[in-house]
Amino acid sequence: MSEYVPVLIMLVLAAATAVGMLVATSKIGPRKVFADKMEPFECGESPIVSPKLRFSVKFYLVALFFVVFDMEAVFVYPWAVLFRDLGMFGFVEMMIFLAILAVGLLYVWRRGALEWD
Amino acid sequence: MLTWSLGFLILMVKLGAVLLFLLLAAAYLVWLERKFLARLQVRYGPNRAGKYGLLQPIADMIKMLTKEDTIPEGADRVIFLLAPAVVTVTALLMFAVIPFGGDLSFLGKRIPMVIADLNIGLLFVFALSSLGVYGIALGGWASNSKYSLLGGIRGAAQMISYELSLGLSLVPVVMLAGSFSLVDIVRAQEAYPFILVQPLAFVIFVISAMAESKRIPFDLPEAENELGAGYHTEYSGIRFGLFFLGEYVNMQVLGALVAVLFLGGWSGPFLSGPAWFCIKILVVALVMIWIRGTLPRLRYDQLMALGWKVLIPLALVNIVVTGAVILI
Repeated sequence: MSEYVPVLIMLVLAAATAVGMLVATSKIGPRKVFADKMEPFECGESPIVSPKLRFSVKFYLVALFFVVFDMEAVFVYPWAVLFRDLGMFGFVEMMIFLAILAVGLLYVWRRGALEWD
Repeated sequence: MLTWSLGFLILMVKLGAVLLFLLLAAAYLVWLERKFLARLQVRYGPNRAGKYGLLQPIADMIKMLTKEDTIPEGADRVIFLLAPAVVTVTALLMFAVIPFGGDLSFLGKRIPMVIADLNIGLLFVFALSSLGVYGIALGGWASNSKYSLLGGIRGAAQMISYELSLGLSLVPVVMLAGSFSLVDIVRAQEAYPFILVQPLAFVIFVISAMAESKRIPFDLPEAENELGAGYHTEYSGIRFGLFFLGEYVNMQVLGALVAVLFLGGWSGPFLSGPAWFCIKILVVALVMIWIRGTLPRLRYDQLMALGWKVLIPLALVNIVVTGAVILI
């Protein structure tokens, strides 16, 4: 695990840089608060409804497909590292797996889930 | 004890140098982009602060630090505060696994020119680029503004879509090198850079990487003429600056990844390793700026169609063909 120590130190330093800037600006910058200024931007109008309303179901669908296909991609990575050791047998196995993945993609495509209208 | 403290000292020097370089280079990449873009559009670009506007990044930095940082009414304060930091930190941390030169010998010790040569290097980069999505999505959500929310959701959907083709396009590279470690991948390119044997993977990777970094023609999460500024509409001062910094550090990381994975990393004749590495990053960055000056923005349906219907099937085909060719 010792090779992860530098990563951890880098994380601390990077976070310190970001937090340092945020703290510095809160000390240096002016602070004049009044109601109109603190309104969220809406081209000069005052917002009348909360923005946290429903949004298009398409975005949920994309997120779902991502989870499915990313899970499948995770199985491809270890195979890619050991590709030469596994030889022909591993290759055929992976082709079957990729075929199933492709059928899944084709199904989603034919059902029109990738159309954005 | 002595070797331990020496190792620690070397590590701190490397970390300091890399972080300073990344931050400074990000600032001057902004200058370069503004100047180059201006010349492409027959303008002058920044030319007031210093000669050729060379002091412009410093002036911008001072300006952003001394501005008031406002939090809009109804915003989720903690998340609103943390989101820009998440973007910057994940972008900086990606550089931990990227090798910027060959081994150096110093006092009889071998010093690898990489902060941490993890055996899962490439997966580490993917993981961090996934975490970067949180900064965009949560920043947009926490702002309590309609434009920000739309920008944040668009950004999240776009980034996760292109992450698939990004990941799949690199599988052939891993197959050729037989390792996730970026140092091993560079070593595997001693005979020839992978761009010559994997041109398709290179094209898919560059397009996906540009979509990941939300640059024109893929800048729909920001889309200034429809969404204000998208997910960072409500951000002011250095918080906006941190988003900006993260974006330009990301650009360097992508340039570095293109160099490491396809262009042979630090190797090249005459010059030293880090010098070649910087030149390759610079070339990739210049091409990205050039593309920004040339192409219009895509529509959202075109963006999704390109990712899901073109790049992912192509990446899968590329894996099959590469596997078949290597075995035969």
